[in-house]
Amino acid sequence: MSSSRAAESSLLALNQQEELEDLPREYPLSTSEDEGDSDGERKHQKLLEAISSLDGKNRWKLAERSEASLKVSEFNVSSEGSGEKLVLSDLLAPVKTSSSLAAVKKQLNRVKSKKTVELPLHREEIERIHREVAFNKTSQVLSKWDPVVQKNRQAEQLVFPLSKQQSIFAPIEHVVSGWKARTPLEQEIFNLLHKNKQPVTDPLLTPMEKASLKAMSLEEVKMRRAELQRARALQSYYEARARREKKIKSKKYHKLLKKGKAKQALKEFEKLRKVNPAAALEELEKLEKARMMERMSLKHQNSGKWAKSKALMAKYDLEARQAMQEQLARNKELMQKIQVASESAEEEGGAEEEGEPFVPDVVNEVQVKADGANPWMFRNHSSDTKEAEVQGDPEELAEPAAQEAPESEEEGPVVAEEILLKEFEERRSLRQKSGLNQIAKLVGSQETKDPSSQEVLSELRALSQKLNRENHQSRKQELSSTRTVLVVQREEPAGEEEEPLLLQRPERARTLDELEELGKEGCFQNKELPRAAVEGQQLERNPSNHLGVPREKKRKEQMIDLQNLLTTKSPSMKSLAVPTTVEELEDEERDQRQMIKEAFAGDDVIRDFLKEKREAVEASKPKDVDLTLPGWGEWGGVGLKPSAKKRRRFLIKAPEGPPRKDKNLPNVILNEKRNIHAVAHQVRMLPYPFTHHQQFERTIQTPIGSTWNTQRAFQKLTMPKVVTKPGHIIKPIKAEDVGYRSSSRSDLSVVQRNPKRLSVRHKKQLKKNSVD
Amino acid sequence: MKVKMLSRNPDSYVRETKLDLQRVPRNYDPTLHPFEVPREYVRALNATKLERVFAKPFLASLDGHRDGVSCLAKHPKSLATVLSGACDGEVRIWNLTKRKCIHTVQAHEGFVRGICTRFCGTSFFTVGDDKTVKQWKMDGPGYGEEEEPLHTILGKTVYTGIDHHWKEAVFATCGQQVDIWDEQRTSPICSMTWGFDSISSVKFNPIETFLLGSCASDRNIVLYDMRQATPLKKVILDMRTNTICWNPMEAFIFTAANEDYNLYTFDMRALDTPVMVHMDHVSAVLDVDYSPTGKDFVSASFDKSIRIFPVDKSRSREVYHTKRMQHVICVKWTSDSKYIMCGSDEMNIRLWKANASEKLGVLTSREKAATDYNQRLKEKFQHHPHIKRISRHRHLPKSIYSQIQEQRIMKEARRRKELNRIKHSKPGSVQRVSEKKKRVVAVVK
Repeated sequence: MSSSRAAESSLLALNQQEELEDLPREYPLSTSEDEGDSDGERKHQKLLEAISSLDGKNRWKLAERSEASLKVSEFNVSSEGSGEKLVLSDLLAPVKTSSSLAAVKKQLNRVKSKKTVELPLHREEIERIHREVAFNKTSQVLSKWDPVVQKNRQAEQLVFPLSKQQSIFAPIEHVVSGWKARTPLEQEIFNLLHKNKQPVTDPLLTPMEKASLKAMSLEEVKMRRAELQRARALQSYYEARARREKKIKSKKYHKLLKKGKAKQALKEFEKLRKVNPAAALEELEKLEKARMMERMSLKHQNSGKWAKSKALMAKYDLEARQAMQEQLARNKELMQKIQVASESAEEEGGAEEEGEPFVPDVVNEVQVKADGANPWMFRNHSSDTKEAEVQGDPEELAEPAAQEAPESEEEGPVVAEEILLKEFEERRSLRQKSGLNQIAKLVGSQETKDPSSQEVLSELRALSQKLNRENHQSRKQELSSTRTVLVVQREEPAGEEEEPLLLQRPERARTLDELEELGKEGCFQNKELPRAAVEGQQLERNPSNHLGVPREKKRKEQMIDLQNLLTTKSPSMKSLAVPTTVEELEDEERDQRQMIKEAFAGDDVIRDFLKEKREAVEASKPKDVDLTLPGWGEWGGVGLKPSAKKRRRFLIKAPEGPPRKDKNLPNVILNEKRNIHAVAHQVRMLPYPFTHHQQFERTIQTPIGSTWNTQRAFQKLTMPKVVTKPGHIIKPIKAEDVGYRSSSRSDLSVVQRNPKRLSVRHKKQLKKNSVD
Repeated sequence: MKVKMLSRNPDSYVRETKLDLQRVPRNYDPTLHPFEVPREYVRALNATKLERVFAKPFLASLDGHRDGVSCLAKHPKSLATVLSGACDGEVRIWNLTKRKCIHTVQAHEGFVRGICTRFCGTSFFTVGDDKTVKQWKMDGPGYGEEEEPLHTILGKTVYTGIDHHWKEAVFATCGQQVDIWDEQRTSPICSMTWGFDSISSVKFNPIETFLLGSCASDRNIVLYDMRQATPLKKVILDMRTNTICWNPMEAFIFTAANEDYNLYTFDMRALDTPVMVHMDHVSAVLDVDYSPTGKDFVSASFDKSIRIFPVDKSRSREVYHTKRMQHVICVKWTSDSKYIMCGSDEMNIRLWKANASEKLGVLTSREKAATDYNQRLKEKFQHHPHIKRISRHRHLPKSIYSQIQEQRIMKEARRRKELNRIKHSKPGSVQRVSEKKKRVVAVVK
C-alpha cells in the first residue's frame, strides 16, 4: 500500500517537476493542495524518528516520505526515503489493466535491459587525462632524438654548422644556354664543334659517351681497373721470369725444359682427345705434320755442322758421345710411328675413335703409358741400339736397370724431370743466397761433370770405406756393416738421384752428431785425404745416417743420461759423504734441508739478496767528494799520483746520513729514495672516468706531440672536440640534418582544430605568413 | 761497367713555394726522444700557465641605455646585430662590429619586459609593463617618418615575457597565462593555463618547435604542447625558477635558472630528477642561455657575475665579472658560439669571449695546430695537482669569495647534521636524499 502511494506521489511529482526545479531544496512545497494534513503527518513522522534515534541505533535512517520527492529529475525516479529500492515493476503495476499502454510497457521493458550511462568525469580529471596522453605522445616524438643525442655526445669531433650548405653545381648547359658566340674566334670554335657533332648545349655528352657512362658504374670501373692492374702485374712478373729463365745458360736445363714441355703438350692432347675430339684431331694433324717435316729434314741426322764436330769429339769426350746419342734418339722418336694399340685403350677411347682407320702414334704412345707399360722401354730400346755403337760405360748400363725399381709408376720420367728442374731452381737460389762457398762450387762442378765423375766418386767411396773399416772396426762394426749394405744399395739409384743428397750434404754435416762423428773419425781424414774423398765419404754416409738415426739417437740419449746422472748426483753424493748420526729426527730434518739444498743448488738466493742489499746500502750512502787537482802545486804527468797528504786535504768527507731503517732487519731492503719533490706533481687519486690505475697510466704514457708521432697521427690525436666556423651562424639541429623526415604537420594545427574561431580571411593570411 | 749513382727525388727536399716550411726529415725512434711524459708534462704546465696569462675575456661594453638593461635578443640572420630593452621602455639595436647603437626606439612606458625577433629577422616584438605587445620593423623608419610599431596589441594584463616561434608566424606571451598569438590577429589563438599565477618566462623549443616551456612564480615549470593546445606536465621545485632555456642540439633537454643559486638541467621526459644540478653562483640566477653548439651554457646571476657551465658538469668552468658590473639581468650567447653578451643593472651591455684565452681573428695553420695540441695536453694532464690548481684559479670579487666560503660552511653543516640524524636514528628510518632529488618538490601530471 505504502509503495503504491509512494509511486503515485512520485508520478505526481513528475508532473510538477518542471515548475519546481528552480526552487531551493529546503523549502517545502507550499503550493500543493493537501498542505495542511500532510505537513502535520510529516512533523509527526519526524518526531517519531527523533525519538527512535535517541537510543543511538540507526541514527541515520532516512525518513520515509509519503509525498513527492524533491530530488526528482527527468532522468530517473528516486525512491529516496522509502527505505527500499524502487523497482520498475512497481511502477508498472497500476498500468497493468489498461491495454492501451502496451507500447509504453514494451519500451520500458527494453529500457530495463539497458545499462545506465556512467557519470561524466570531473573537468579537472578530464584535463589530467588529456595532459597525460599528450605528454606520452610528446615524449614518444622526442625519443626519436635519442640516438642522435647519444651520437653527438660521444662524437670524437663535432663540426658546426651541422647542415653543410652544398655548393650548387650549375650544369654547364644552363650557363652556356644564355651565352652566344660573338668574337670571330668563338664563332670559329663553335663551327668546329658543330662540324664534329659535338653537342654544345643541351646533352653536353655525345651519345657514345652517354652510353659508356651508363654502361659502367663506378664500382664496375673500379673492379675492372683492379683486374687490369692485376693482369698487368702478372704479365710483368711472367715476363721477368721468362727473361730470367732465358738467361740460364745450362743446356741440360733447357733440354729438360723442352722435354717437359713436350710431355705436357702430350698430356694436354690426351685430355683434349677425351673432351674435344675435333680439336684433338687438329692437334694430331699438327703432330703428323711435324713427323713429316722431320722425315723430310735432316735436322737430327748426323749431317749438321754441330753433329759433325761432335762426331769428331765423340771418341774422346763422353759428353759429346752422349749428346750425339740423344740427338739420334730424338730423331728416331720423332720419326717413329707406332701402331700398337691395346684393346683396353680402344675401349677407353670411346666410340669416336673406332671410326678412325688407324690410330696415330702419339696417341698410342700415351695410351701405352696409361696402361702401365714402362715408357722407358722406348728409350732403352734406342739407347741399347746406341750402346752397341758408342760403347756405353758400365755405369751408363746400370743406370736404366736401377731406374726400373723406383720408376715403376707410369709417369716416372716426367717426375724425374720435374725433380731435376726443381733441383736446378734450388741450386740457383742456393748459389745466389749463400754466395759461392767452396763446397757448393765443388758440388756444382761435380754435377756438371756428373757422368764423367761417377767413376772417380765410386773409387773414392771404396777407398773411404776401407779407411772407415780400418779405423772403427772395433767400435762400429755393425754400423759399418749396414753402411756397406747401404753403399751397395746406394749404387743402384740413378746418378740423378744423388744430386739432391749432394745438395743437402753441407746442411747435414752441421747437425750435432755429425760434427761429433767428424771429430772422431775425420781428424786424420782431413789431413790425408783430399777434400773430394771426404765428400765422397759423407756422400755414402748420408743414407746410412738416414737409417741409423734412431740408433745414434739412442746412443746420444744414453750419453746425456750419464751426464745428467753425474750432475744431479753430485750434491747427493756429498750428502752421502756427511756422516749420519743416530737420531732419526735430526736425520729427517737434515734430509729436508738437503732436499731444499739440492732443489736450489744452482741459485744461492740468500747470498744474492745479501749482495743486493749491500749494493743498495752502498748506493744510498752519501759519496765523498774528491777535489784534488793532480799537478797543482807539484809535478804531474802520466804515472804520477797526487800525494796522499794532498788527497787527504782535498777530500771532502760526506756527512754520515741517518741510520738506515733496515739496519737491523737482515731480510729486508727498505728503499729510502722517495722523492718528496716529485710527489707534488703526482696524481694522488684515480680520476673519475678511469676504473683502473693502469688505464690512467697508459693514457699518460702515450705521447701526443709531433715529436713522437707522425704528422697524421699528431693531427688525429690533437683533433679538437668542437669545430666552429668563424662568422657562421649555428642554427639549432634540425630533423633534416640528421636524416629524419621533419613533420609536415604545421604547429598551427591547433588553429585548424578549432576552425570556427577563425574566419576565412584569417586563414588565408595565416597561410601567406607561414609561407614567407 | 755499370756505374751506380746516388739519385734523390727533389720532391723530398724542394719546397713548392718559398713560403713553405723546410721539410725536416724525422726519425721517430723512441730512443732518440726520451722522457716523453716529463716533457709533455712541462709543456702542459706551460700551456696552462699561458692560458691563464692570456685569459682576457672582456671585449667591450656597449653603453647608451639610461636604465638597467632588462632583456636582450639576438638577430637570427646577422651576427653583428643585437637588440636590447631597458627598464625605461627604450629598445636599442646595436652593431657589435662597430660597437655602436644604430637605432633607438622608445617602445613602452615602464619596463620592456621581453623582446624577441622574428625568425626571418625583418621585425621584432616587444612586451612591456603598459600591457601591450608591439611589433617593430628592424630597419627603423625611413627619413621623415614617425617611429611607429607595425602592430600594437593591447592586452588585459601585463605581459612578462615573449618568445617567437622558430619557423612560423606565431609568438607566445606569458603573464597570467600562456597565450599563443598569430601575428595577424589581435586576440590569442589559444591560451593555456594551469593554476593561477604569474608566469615569468616562456620559451619555444628550437628543435621540436611545437613545445613550450614556462616558469611561474609559484615555483613551478610547466611544459606545453602547442599542437594539442594543452599543458603537458608541471614540476615544482624548491624555489622559484626565473627562466628556462632549451638545449639547441638536444630536443628534450632544458636548463632552469633558479632562485636557490642553482641551475637545473632537466630531461623533459623524466622531470622527477634533474639530469644535473649546476651550482657555483652565490645568489639568485636570473638568466641562462645555451651555446649554439649545445655543449655549454652561460648563466647570469644577481651576484654580479656570469658563469659558463659545461652541460655535463655541475661546476662552472669560467666566471666573468668586473668591478663595475652590477646585477646581471640578462645574458645571451651569440649564434657563432664565440661571444657572450650580458646586460646588467648599471645600464651597460658587455661583450665577452666565450673562451677566455682564445686568440681572436684568423689563425695560421701552425697556430691552430699549436692551440689544438696545447688544448689536448691540458686535457691529458688536467688531473695533475699543479696543473689543476693553476687552471682552476680565478680571481673573484671579495663579496663572492666570502660568500662562497660562507656557503661552503653552511653546506658542510647541513651535511653534518644530516649525517648525525642518520647516525642517531633507527637504521633505515632516515633516508639520504640525493642532492638532485632534494630540490624537486613534486611532479604534477
